[in-house]
Amino acid sequence: MNWEVVMGLEVHLQLATESKIFSGAANQFGARPNEQACAVDLGMPGMLPVLNAQAVRYAVMFGLGVGATIGKRSVFDRKNYFYPDLPKGYQVSQFFEPIVCEGLFEVPMADGSLFPVRITRAHLEEDAGKSVHDAYAGQTGIDLNRAGTPLLEIVTEPDFRTAEQAVAYLKSLHSLATYLGISDGNMAEGSMRCDINVSLRPQGSETYGTRTEIKNVNSFRFVERAIAVEAERQRDILEAGGEVTQETRLYDADRNETRSMRSKEVANDYRYFPEPDLLPILLDDHYIEAIRAELPELPGAKRSRFIDTYALNDYDASLLVDSRAMADYFETATAISKAPKLTANWILGDLAAALNRAALDITASPVSAEALAGLILRVADETLSSKLAKQVFDGLWQNEGSADAIIEARGLKQVTDTGAIEAMVQQVIDDHPGQVAQYQAADEGKQKKLLGFFVGQVMKASQGQANPQRLNALLKDMLAKR
Amino acid sequence: MALDNLTAATAVELVSELQTRRLSATELTQSCLNRIAAVNPRLNAVITVCEEQALREAAEADLMLQRGDGGPLTGLPLLHKDIFCTRGVATTCSSKMLENFVPPYDATVVSRLRAAGTVMLGKTNMDEFAMGSSTETSAFGVTRNPWNTDCVPGGSSGGAAAAVAAGFAPLSTGTDTGGSIRQPASLCGITGLKPTYGRVSRLGIIAFASSLDQAGPMTRTAEDAALMLQVMSGVDPGDSTSADVEVPDFRSQMGDSIQGLRIGIPQQYFSQSLDARVAQTIQAALDELVQEGAELVDIDLPHTEQGIATYYIIAPAEASANLSRYDGVRFGYRCEAPKDLADLYERSRTEGFGDEVKRRILVGTYALSAGFYDAYFKKAQQVRRLISQDFKHAFEHCDVIAGPAAPGVAFGLGSKTQDPLAMYLEDIYTLSVNLAGLPGMSVPAGLIDDMPVGLQLIGRAFDEATLLRAAHRFQLRTDHHRIRPTLAEVGS
Repeated sequence: MNWEVVMGLEVHLQLATESKIFSGAANQFGARPNEQACAVDLGMPGMLPVLNAQAVRYAVMFGLGVGATIGKRSVFDRKNYFYPDLPKGYQVSQFFEPIVCEGLFEVPMADGSLFPVRITRAHLEEDAGKSVHDAYAGQTGIDLNRAGTPLLEIVTEPDFRTAEQAVAYLKSLHSLATYLGISDGNMAEGSMRCDINVSLRPQGSETYGTRTEIKNVNSFRFVERAIAVEAERQRDILEAGGEVTQETRLYDADRNETRSMRSKEVANDYRYFPEPDLLPILLDDHYIEAIRAELPELPGAKRSRFIDTYALNDYDASLLVDSRAMADYFETATAISKAPKLTANWILGDLAAALNRAALDITASPVSAEALAGLILRVADETLSSKLAKQVFDGLWQNEGSADAIIEARGLKQVTDTGAIEAMVQQVIDDHPGQVAQYQAADEGKQKKLLGFFVGQVMKASQGQANPQRLNALLKDMLAKR
Repeated sequence: MALDNLTAATAVELVSELQTRRLSATELTQSCLNRIAAVNPRLNAVITVCEEQALREAAEADLMLQRGDGGPLTGLPLLHKDIFCTRGVATTCSSKMLENFVPPYDATVVSRLRAAGTVMLGKTNMDEFAMGSSTETSAFGVTRNPWNTDCVPGGSSGGAAAAVAAGFAPLSTGTDTGGSIRQPASLCGITGLKPTYGRVSRLGIIAFASSLDQAGPMTRTAEDAALMLQVMSGVDPGDSTSADVEVPDFRSQMGDSIQGLRIGIPQQYFSQSLDARVAQTIQAALDELVQEGAELVDIDLPHTEQGIATYYIIAPAEASANLSRYDGVRFGYRCEAPKDLADLYERSRTEGFGDEVKRRILVGTYALSAGFYDAYFKKAQQVRRLISQDFKHAFEHCDVIAGPAAPGVAFGLGSKTQDPLAMYLEDIYTLSVNLAGLPGMSVPAGLIDDMPVGLQLIGRAFDEATLLRAAHRFQLRTDHHRIRPTLAEVGS
């Protein structure tokens, strides 16, 4: 039977606010255990939450960014369960009335098409602390630094059919969050965590199969793999005539398998009820519109503009707008180089490769947008051949100065002076009478091959600086004359 | 010493003595400490005495008074109910769970009263986690009523009420979730005021039911309550539910006449469940108010009876979550040698909490459970709105509502501990006021067989000023609030 994989995603996005969602403690990653947790975060008796206005603002920015309706009234609820890293014995979340309601988010796919994803809701909540199982033999440590970190939980409808769609959505979400500056999106540090609901159904079926939820998959690559192995596991069960159990499963990257965490029978009854310590969040149009007016240009709009303004293709435009820093880099460089396509090629080609090798983000690039533009100007005016340009790029990477300074210092100027090339060609012809005779006797096909020999000789004589196009033309011309 | 009996004096009288330096804060504090040492063993109203700290604070107050830069409360001794977090001083909520809990912070109420120059004598006994109406659920022993030590003082602020009645201090803080200030004030013959929800910050008060809890003054007179409420009130950025509403100068309006004040009398508060002699006492008190120029108006509070059921769903539901943090993991009681996580939770909570607390956690957990939420919690919230509506409609016809604070006088120790429902009925006249978030007050209205009866006054939201004015006019006409229990004289 042909099975269709159906998926919905739940993403927990940590918001990069200065302080925690309900306390004044700093909200940063990497402090020593429990040094970033105050009495509120510890759930000390008598302590009360105070809502962080920045978290509300970020949630609204996100809602507007995904084209969702903003809940003008949203309410916090208590989600009750016992766990050692949950200090109050309940998590403050939004269950009945979330701050972000339905939306439609268009995700660019590799083929240039847009894949629409229905956003069900996004709500604000506090993160829990962390249980540390490997620090003390036979004991569990509790680190509450993370407790109270603002989270936005973003829930989609079951709209995904392939892992590719899921990953494209996650990348878009990541890109949106970093554009808005509401999250650092660092998946390795847990700033963006993904739960995947997966079910299978026979191709063409209208009803959904029983789903499992895969928890906390923390890289795009693992998302792809987790979906693949879970779909395969469910397919095996269904094809053997079995039934999938509704349960929460954990993806183990080392063994590339999912395994059961808890089944529905032992699932918690969270006993949600409105949090009496906090007032409802009431937002008016004025507040929402003021935020809308201040939103930066978002990836989708920027992508369209890059295609229209710079005549880039879909693919390049998508790659360039993936991060706001990369897009800004492109626009800065293009403003100087006036050569958008060439600039895009350099950024997505040599620069991206070099950054990748050095494991650097574009924001930490040793080659500035201005410096790269200086190089591109020299390529555009034919001062540099592409081969020489790579050498100049190396110089830029090594911080040897501007492109012009490197060209000067390394003597890399391309020889475009026809007279000088002519003289070198003449010298090579004179030095190789045998090869010349061979060339002239050969048919057109063979001549092409033999031409390479002469090009090589002249290039050698020019130390690689002869303009290849001019050299080719002159060689053909002068060899034919004989 | 200008006053013959410091332990019977009102705060207002004492302030005048302190400000004119006829009395030092140190003398006054020492006299209160002496009184506590002599009488508390018979009452168990105070469970922590801060002698050294109190004398130190009194000395500081004396310095300020000498320099002439003291505030209106400088040098006044007071007690805090043991539900208020006090920095460096054990805060137990009268529970084994928090027996060794010493908070590193003050509740906002505590810091405001501290900043106003008051001297903290110690902490008062209460029902465990404020759950009870008799102070019998305390893990540290019952508190006895100073009018008759075989009787309860009421609860949950029973320690505070007994302490003020017995002359330990002119002022005490209390909290009131369903009647916990007004009912013990009634049973101990003192003045107790539960302010409007949001008038006083809840930050640093150990939560019982967050949407109902409110702190207020427990004093000998309405004037003293106004003095204390003035300092306690006001918005607190640390409590999102505290109200950013102007705080009037409560005392400045107190002397004004109540000519034409319409007092609503809800027929539901005078039904057959009310002790006949209590009804007579209340009627006599109302007659005094009429003599002062007030008019009585019959009003209707049709959902009074549903108040109890509503309250006993909402309060335990909120409490079930509020008390989840006492899990033996970070602070508070932890059982010996837990064998695993579930055992740690189960035994720490089983051993750390008393029966009444466990009963309410169970009830609250049940009311919020999947499949029961709509039938219980959601319905209770709907009825709560109806109860608020009742009051809103009633206040279209009157300015203040009056009735008894409790259905009877203080009852015998142990007489209701085996019957939770009978105990819950103690709060029938008070808990709707919490459900509606309104201010309520109990003032001494007379004695029945030498046991005090309180008149309850209920006001519009944020209109404590009118309650205080009516109570003050009443106290100017009567001397019920001046009668002290015999015990108080024995110990001085």
